[in-house]
Amino acid sequence: MTSPPRPSEGTWTQHYPELGTAPISFRDSILPDFYRAEQDAIFRQAWLNVGRVEDLPRKGSWFTKDIVAARTSVIVTRGADDVVRAFHNVCRHRGNKLVWDTAPTQEARGFSRQFVCKYHGWRYGMDGACTYVHQESEFFDVDKTNLGLAAVHCEVWAGFVFVNLAKTPPCSLREFLGPMVGALEGYPFGQMTERYSFRAENNSNWKVFIDAFQEYYHVPPLHTEQLGPIHRDPNATFEGAHYQLDGPHRVVSTNGSQKHKWPAETMYPTEVLLRSGNMGPWDASPLAGDLPGINPGGVKRWGIDNFQVFPNLEILIYERNWYLSYRFWPTSHNTHVFEADLWFTPAKTARERLAREYAAITVKEYALQDAGTLDGTQLGLESEAFEDYPLNDQEILVRHFHKSVGDWVAAGGRPTADAAR
Amino acid sequence: MTAMLPAEFADLEPFAATWCLAGEPDRWAQRLASSMEELRAFYDACFPRAEAAIRFCDQFDLAALPEDARNLMHLLFSFALVSYPIEVWNQPLPIDTGSAKLDRTREPAT
Repeated sequence: MTSPPRPSEGTWTQHYPELGTAPISFRDSILPDFYRAEQDAIFRQAWLNVGRVEDLPRKGSWFTKDIVAARTSVIVTRGADDVVRAFHNVCRHRGNKLVWDTAPTQEARGFSRQFVCKYHGWRYGMDGACTYVHQESEFFDVDKTNLGLAAVHCEVWAGFVFVNLAKTPPCSLREFLGPMVGALEGYPFGQMTERYSFRAENNSNWKVFIDAFQEYYHVPPLHTEQLGPIHRDPNATFEGAHYQLDGPHRVVSTNGSQKHKWPAETMYPTEVLLRSGNMGPWDASPLAGDLPGINPGGVKRWGIDNFQVFPNLEILIYERNWYLSYRFWPTSHNTHVFEADLWFTPAKTARERLAREYAAITVKEYALQDAGTLDGTQLGLESEAFEDYPLNDQEILVRHFHKSVGDWVAAGGRPTADAAR
Repeated sequence: MTAMLPAEFADLEPFAATWCLAGEPDRWAQRLASSMEELRAFYDACFPRAEAAIRFCDQFDLAALPEDARNLMHLLFSFALVSYPIEVWNQPLPIDTGSAKLDRTREPAT
């Protein structure tokens, strides 16, 4: 395979001179003080994806999302007026966590007309208004109309539900997402409703796991087994077909990995049998309508777009008509919760369902290899054996991510460079 | 004991009690609790029968599978999961998993 073309500067990294080419320290991934700064500058300032409209299928649907890094939990609701809203998940009376199921430390979802606080029975509508105060006459000068839930800024884009925990967000969601990510707004995500979800609690800084998914330099050495024995080459290399940065967001596109066109003898027997694998079900029917926003570099034989939406959302769009969304939620400077959703067009037959099942199995197999490195990377970085680490041109997104995080922390929120792009 | 699988798949019945599991968490736990010899025996029995099993299930509406066909479908899901230890890893867990875990928390009802 010939190398994909690179920008006129010779490298992707030098196409964006503000990145430099120097080694980077990764101390942002080991210091408790830096994590505390991220909590305020990023997780209480940036727009955060907390779910999809499919999580709110009808009026009265709701889910809770714990955002530990922002020191809160939010409730997201679809009201009787069909409007999606978000609130701090806190009772106005005594500050109890309002909505939970079996334990306050676990997230919940459901459908109801109202929320009732388990502690003293105060009630709230899906629009956050307080509708009932138990023994109201015992209180002093209370007025229910002033005792609603604390609203959180909430906007929906392309079916992705975002919240912003700032009192006044630095900009609207669409301005935040910018033109590159924003171009996906009309992509038919809503046609892919068959969902497989995964969750893990990992022992690393949140950025360390994001880094594992925003470069493919690691694929030939770490995921050697993604190719059948005939194809394995200890000297295999990887070159991304297109890299692009826009504000704090970034994308890498790949080409050439259309496995359904490979000779059967190069693949695993079950891949051939089930016509599916790490690139998804081979026979997925085409999506209806236009497909705006994908393949921003116009890559030939396009395979994947890996959009990294600042700060902690990844949207991975495959040529075979499915997509993944990953979210990385820090819980301390060296722990995080990883959430993955896989979305397919709905299977109409057992054969289609099995092809999707095999794709979902495959994602987990290789993601466990990615997650398996985390303990080792975190331990290594925390040893501070080295002051800095070299990054190559295929790791440009890692370099850009850590620069973006640093810029937000230094600015205490959205830096002017992002606003001016 | 009544058969779990359709009569046409009586040859797979010895594996049914162990592997007809509706949810991935149960299938994953069974994979990790099995020896490679057990996984190999299950895989070897299923592989040549998988295409016929898919065709059998596809006689029915996916949303209204009869119980024996649903059991067969769950057996196929287990077979797909077990193909990785047999074809790829040569051990129950992916190579270099370390302490990592990844729990499936949601999946389509089938």
